[in-house]
Order: sequence, then structure tokens, then C-alpha cells
Amino acid sequence: MKETQTIEQNKTNAIKTERITGCEAIIRCLIAEGVDILYGYPGGAIMPVYDELFKYQDKIHHVLTRHEQGAAHAAQGYARISGKVGVAMATSGPGATNLVTGIADAQIDSTPLVCITGQVFSHLLGSDAFQETDIVGISTPVTKWNHQVTKAEDIPEVIAKAFYLAKSGRPGPVLIDITKDAQLQEFDFKYEKCTGVRSYNPVPKTNIESVKAAAELINNAKKPFIVWGQGVILGEAEEELKTVIEKSGVPASWTILGASAIPTSHPLNVGMVGMHGNYAPNKLTNECDVLIAIGMRFDDRVTGDLNTYAKQAKIIHFDIDPAEIDKNVKTDVAVLGNAKESLALLLNELEANSHESWLQEFKELYKVEFEQVIKGDILPEKEGLTMGEVLREINTQTKGNAAIVSDVGQHQMIACRYADFNITKSNITSGGLGTMGFALPAAIGAKMAAPDREVVAIIGDGGYQMNIQELGTIFQQKVPVKIVVLNNEFLGMVRQWQQLFFDKRYASTEMTNPDFVTIAKGYHIDAKRVTKREELADVVKEMIASDSSYFLEVCVEKEDNVFPMIPAGASVSDVRLS
Amino acid sequence: MNEEIKTLTISIYTENNIGLLNRISAIFQRRHINIESLTTSQSEIENVNRFVIVVNMSETQAKKIVGQIEKQVEVIKAYYHTDDETIFTESCMFKIKSELLFEEPQIQNIIKESDTRIVTVNKEFFVLEKSGRRHEIEALRRDLNAFGIMQFVRSGRIAVTKDEMKVTELLDAVKK
Repeated sequence: MKETQTIEQNKTNAIKTERITGCEAIIRCLIAEGVDILYGYPGGAIMPVYDELFKYQDKIHHVLTRHEQGAAHAAQGYARISGKVGVAMATSGPGATNLVTGIADAQIDSTPLVCITGQVFSHLLGSDAFQETDIVGISTPVTKWNHQVTKAEDIPEVIAKAFYLAKSGRPGPVLIDITKDAQLQEFDFKYEKCTGVRSYNPVPKTNIESVKAAAELINNAKKPFIVWGQGVILGEAEEELKTVIEKSGVPASWTILGASAIPTSHPLNVGMVGMHGNYAPNKLTNECDVLIAIGMRFDDRVTGDLNTYAKQAKIIHFDIDPAEIDKNVKTDVAVLGNAKESLALLLNELEANSHESWLQEFKELYKVEFEQVIKGDILPEKEGLTMGEVLREINTQTKGNAAIVSDVGQHQMIACRYADFNITKSNITSGGLGTMGFALPAAIGAKMAAPDREVVAIIGDGGYQMNIQELGTIFQQKVPVKIVVLNNEFLGMVRQWQQLFFDKRYASTEMTNPDFVTIAKGYHIDAKRVTKREELADVVKEMIASDSSYFLEVCVEKEDNVFPMIPAGASVSDVRLS
Repeated sequence: MNEEIKTLTISIYTENNIGLLNRISAIFQRRHINIESLTTSQSEIENVNRFVIVVNMSETQAKKIVGQIEKQVEVIKAYYHTDDETIFTESCMFKIKSELLFEEPQIQNIIKESDTRIVTVNKEFFVLEKSGRRHEIEALRRDLNAFGIMQFVRSGRIAVTKDEMKVTELLDAVKK
């Protein structure tokens, strides 16, 4: 066992220990794990750690968010753009519970996070002490792993394990709850990275026979079709996927979290699947003869009605998580393992091929979608501004090189549909959980992790107000993030459903909004509002050219709908264009 | 296509950590699956715990549940088995007024015929213990109920499988 080996090695190598407090150990562990930035909010039970952060501020930068939820989402944004582990910290009780939404979001979107919470003194546990809450109990269903530390001497091993578990295999959030007495105790500190946990197999071995079986199906297919997901990005298998697609000539589509793994402009990239995905890949899901799912989990928003999903096709599923195989869609061939390795193995078995007439079917349906939906969205002739044309302008100004951080709702679907992506890890959005309020703090984390990249947050007027307080973080930290609020004065996606399925009974979806420009200016952020088409291009240009943070409100058409749409519970082939 | 609902025994080998019970039971709770019984104990391997969970579900559902259980970091391995594939038993205890033992001679016959053990007898009460299949325990309970039972308690199922589970090999493989 690896753990024992390292312990034995230590005896011989005699790694020096140092007598320090638990709270200093926490900071030293974070530094040892390569953490340069963390997001958090102080409070009683975590104060000793903050005191150490003060002493170590030249080595590790703590970002004070304005709400713990903001800290969790900022850490997610940091992780999603960099592939590194995001770190969030909070005090006990309300501090810890405020992290939960971000943790749940990270769990369902497989984002590596380490959350550290302070806890009351261990002798007070279970006594309903001030700001005591059972955060380990609360976070259990939404963490990959969690643990409470009550002794300082356990801190290094537990934090090492937390980072290892968060990042390895299928990533996810880990929460470490540390009692105040554990923070204050002195102990003999030494740090060793965790390299394995005996009960945990992060990457199942790829079976070459299943790779061969998959290749045979693909080589003999007349109408093969790829749907890739975030597993490609998490496994850093973008290049392998691209080579597989190009060699096999298979049209390839993506789930919302798979976006940006292959450039938008790639000729075999046929668009997004799912409820508001593109027409062709949805419709042709039920025409293909072999469906190759790579690092995706057949979410209900992707599949629609499972009883009518790709029933005619043989299903090949590449995934790192054995629990995903046959979970929603029965597979004919399952290939376990890391996408980077399994796709490389697949490539060796694939015959060079092209599927021109099949690809042509996608192009034909794209034309239909362009005429009926896309043209009106991005090149509108009506008076009101559309969300789509804002995205078109951002594409023009950023040349498709920006990271787009979107919130949840209509603007999110428009952003994912129309943003041009040249660079991987550029679509940062709350996919599985659909967390409104995600984008503003996530954009902060993304920009801080990748300061050289243009980071544009696209947010609705509803979601913006769910974490609007993070403008304070942007101001204090001088984060040059670009914030675009597409304001339709409605909770647009809910309103769209009310229009389509509830006879236009707009129950609690209309919003009376404040003056967003004034609010941004209150935080000394450059801000402009656009209400007319002729102003849009110049202002977007000014925003992208700016070196500082910039807020842009675009007042868009109030009652536009997002199409195509697969109504909830309908079949992918029933995707509607209007 | 409705699959047959069967009684299945899920065996889980785990690290011995606080909170794991919560993590495992949450997997069932989330899917509205009623746990018929749950027993946890030391396994044949030092420092490795074993859960034995009995549920009524289809095998397709069981495969998915076992996948979700194995996904937990501190779970070493999980399996499900049908009744045919396991040797299983439950045990139960009865507390009964001592006077009945003398007043109702039939009770003694019941004890003898059902292979029930007398754990203790004192002036006020006596305690019976029996291991066996559910229907045997239920039959015994019905029989004794006629005379009055002060307390009755039945354990969850414990089970060993006919096939090997190779957990030791699995742990050895990690060591390499």
C-alpha cells in the first residue's frame, strides 16, 4: 500500500517536522498543494486560520467575497478555466451552509473544489453551540468526500487526501470541517501529498477489447454520430477527440458542458444537443446508426424522453465513471477509463473514413434552423435588440477567444448556442444544477485564474441580482472582468414556459429592476446601457478594449423565446423550431 | 417491460469511517428505496467493515445502486445477490412472563420444536433467542403471541455469499 510505503520512506529519509499550530498547518498545506488564490469569508470559528492567512499573504492571496456563495462559485470559475482545484473557505454555521449551493453545483458538474469550513470547539459539538451546524451531514449528498477534523495532527493527511480526491478520477467537491481547537493545537507538522486511497479507484483500466469492439462498430457504421461532454475537457482529451473525429469523419456534437473542447468553426462540429441545442444534432440523434457518447452522462436535458432516444442506434459509451454506464441509456459497448487514453487507443483501431452524405444531412437541417431561428436571433430585422446579436458582437470583438461565463436561463442558452469558442475550457456555466447567480462570482474566479484571457460574463437580469453583491469583490480586487447583463425585465426562461405551457399566466416572472448602471458605477465600475441597435457594436468594442472591469446592460426584447426547444419529456426528434 | 422485483442482498465492504453509513443510506433515500434491513459489522478483513443491506428491487435497479455505492470514496467493493446466491439468517429475541412457562406447557413444546434457545430465566421473565429464516421467526412469533409477548425484537439479515467476493485480492492489488 502506497501510504505505508511513504511512511516507511519517511523513517529513512527522516523528513523534518516542525511544531506549528493547526491553523498554520492548514495554510502550509494549501501552499504545498500549489494554491495561490482562495476565496472566502471570515467568521468566529475560522478566525485563527484567517490570522495565519494574514501572515502568509505574500504567498497566498485570499479574496474576500461578499457572500460565501460567491466564494464557492468563484472557486468553481477558477477551477473550470484552469483545471486546477478551486478553494473556498468559510466559517461554521451560516458561513458553511452558504457554501452548499456552490458545492452542489460543483458535484453535479464534476468540478474539483476543496472547501474548508471552521467548526465550533470539539467539546461543543452536538450542543447546539453558537454557529454550530452539522455541515458534514448537510454536505454529504453533494460532496465527493467530506470529513471533520477534530485534532490538529490529522490536518495534513486530510487536506492532502482532499486535494487528491477533488482532482483525481471524476473530479468533484470535497469539504473539510475543522474544529476551532484543532486549529489552535500545536503539533509536529510535516506534509506529504496523497497519491492513493486504497478503497478508491479513480481511473478504471481501459479494456482494449471494448475499444476494439467500439472501433468495429464505428468503422462499419453508415451514420455514426458523436456526442461529447465535459469528460473530454476534464480528461484533457481535446486533441485526441479532434484526431478521432477527423480520422473517422464522424459528425460530432456536444453537451452544454462539453462546449469549447473542439473549436466552434471545426467542419465536423455540428453543434449542441439538448433541450435548446441545435436542430440537426437533436433530430439526427434518432437517425444515426451508432451513437458514440464520450465523457457525457445522458442527462435528461440531453436525451428528452428516454423511451424514444436513439433506439435505432448501437450505443458506445466512453466514461471514467463506471456508475454512468447504463445509468440512463443502455449501452452496447462501454469503454471505461480516462478519455485521453481511451480515445488514443480508439484512434489506432479506427479506419480513415468520411461520411459526406450523412454530414450533408446535418448541413441541410442547419439551413432550416438558420432560416427559421438563427437568422432572427443574430441578424434581427425587428426593432428590439436580441440576445443573439449581442453574442454576435462579442464574437466579433473577441474573435472567439473569450471565455464566456454564463448564468442560467434564456441568455445562457443563447450564449452557449451562439458564442464562438476557439479555446478549450471557455464555456463556464452551471449545467447540471442550473444555479442562478453562478456567473458573476464564477467570472471573478475565472479571470483571476486566467488573467491573460478575456472573460465575459453573460447574465440575465434575474440571476445578476442573485449575487450582485460580488460587484464589491470586483471593485476591491480590481478584477478586469466584463459583465454583460441581457435585461428583458423578466425571468425569461420561466416566462417562456409560462407562455408556451401555462397560457401566458406570467406568475411572478416580471421584474421591476433597479438602475443597473448606477449600481455598477456605485462600485466605480465603468458602465453603459444600450437600448438601440446602432449603439451596440461601439459599446461592445469599447467594453472589450477596456483594461478594467466593465459593466454593460443591454435592454433586449422582453418576450423573445429561445428555440429550438425540446419540450420537457418529449422526444429529441420532436425538437421544435417555433 | 416490468422487471421482476426480487429480494436482494447488497454486501458492501468499506473503510471504517464515521459518516459512511449516512452516505450509503442517502443513496437509497434519494431514490425512495425502502431498506428492509441493514446490518453492519467487522468483515473477515482487519479494519474493513461489511454492510449487509436487504432491499426489494429489480436487478437493473440493483446494478445502478451498487454502482452508486461503489462510487463512494470509502467503499472498497459492493455486490448484490439473490437469495439463491447467499446463505442468510436473521435472529430474534422474545421476552415472556416466566409464569407462562409453567402455566402453558405448550410453550415448552413450541420452544423444542422450533429449535429456540432459552437465553435466561428468572422469576419475572424468560428470554428466548432464535436464528433462522424470516418465515420461521414469524411462525414462532405468531405461536408465542397467543400467550402474550412482553418484548420482541428481530435483527436484520446477515448473509454470506456462495461465491467468493475477492475483496482481499482487491486490497492486495492496491498495495502493489
